[in-house]
Amino acid sequence: MAGPDGALVPRAVSLGEIFRTFLLIGATSFGGGVVAYLRASLVGKHAWLDDTEFVELLSISQTLPGLNATNMAILVGDRLRGWRGAAAAIVGVCLPGALLMFVVGVLYGEHGDRPHVDAMLRGVAAAAVGLILATTVQLGRKSLSHAADLVFVALTAVVVDLLKWSVPAALGAVGALAILWYRPKRSVEGPRP
Amino acid sequence: MNLKELPALVRVFAYLSLLTVGGGMAAFPELKVLTVDVHHWLTFPQLIHLYSVGQMAPGPNMMMIVAIGERVAGVAGAAAVLVAFFLPTAVLAYFVGRLWVRLARWPWRASIQRGLAPVSVGLVLAGCLTIARGALTGWVTVATAAAVFVLLLRTRLNPALLVLCGALVGLAALGGK
Repeated sequence: MAGPDGALVPRAVSLGEIFRTFLLIGATSFGGGVVAYLRASLVGKHAWLDDTEFVELLSISQTLPGLNATNMAILVGDRLRGWRGAAAAIVGVCLPGALLMFVVGVLYGEHGDRPHVDAMLRGVAAAAVGLILATTVQLGRKSLSHAADLVFVALTAVVVDLLKWSVPAALGAVGALAILWYRPKRSVEGPRP
Repeated sequence: MNLKELPALVRVFAYLSLLTVGGGMAAFPELKVLTVDVHHWLTFPQLIHLYSVGQMAPGPNMMMIVAIGERVAGVAGAAAVLVAFFLPTAVLAYFVGRLWVRLARWPWRASIQRGLAPVSVGLVLAGCLTIARGALTGWVTVATAAAVFVLLLRTRLNPALLVLCGALVGLAALGGK
């Protein structure tokens, strides 16, 4: 069972193989750059996708709500083995991190208020802010190319951070504005869907 | 452990999952409002601690939500949060993903992808500002964040390793009180 578009019918990949592959990605992708791990495994090691397909699915993942890692698991799993493949992939990619953070939650509940733990976690939080800012800059470098983009970035950050708009409101207002700004260029037959 | 909170956990995290456009960070401002200010499941510093530790975990980078669920309602809470947070966007990705591929030649598809790109960066930036306000409390934390930021943009060091180094800085410089 491939996508209804029939764009790709790869060799039969078993559900177990899909689960194990995504489980390995979910267990080893330390450092947040899960996209790089996905590419190395899916395009490099297994050749389930080529680079063009990978970038295409990644752009869909980034536009939709949901994390890149889980959206990619759904889209790739679906391409390989339909909804069962999608389910195997997302469970695999989530399982290791979920178990780890469950244990962290238990330990934090028991030891989180010790002064030494608190001091360490404040240092971790400071470092994490640096990491998150760096990730944002890298995301911006990849996806922004136009001066108008900076206006949309700033406008979104201002309405959410200073004016306390909800994310759906910001998406509805600034998102609609940005989509209209990048509306299809009028061609001979017009922008008819 | 409070099983009466389960419906609220499911509601909150199903809603938050739909806000993660561009990355989990986009949902952070409302994650803070809902878990800290509205439901009092944990304090803002506790949320920041769990979120930061979560940055070192492998896999999807919002797994710290499991720790919130565990804190509120034990194993049941962790499982409820996990399903509530990942199922809605999974179903959405499944159906819209199929539709999206079929819409490859629809001109507005490119406009939507292009237009939402800067907005999602803005959402993630707003999340950064929220967490920075809570985590950067003095010169040690500001210097740590700045050092990690510069190192990550200039080198290819593993981010998880740098965040772990933050723990040592914290122990050495922030442990005195």
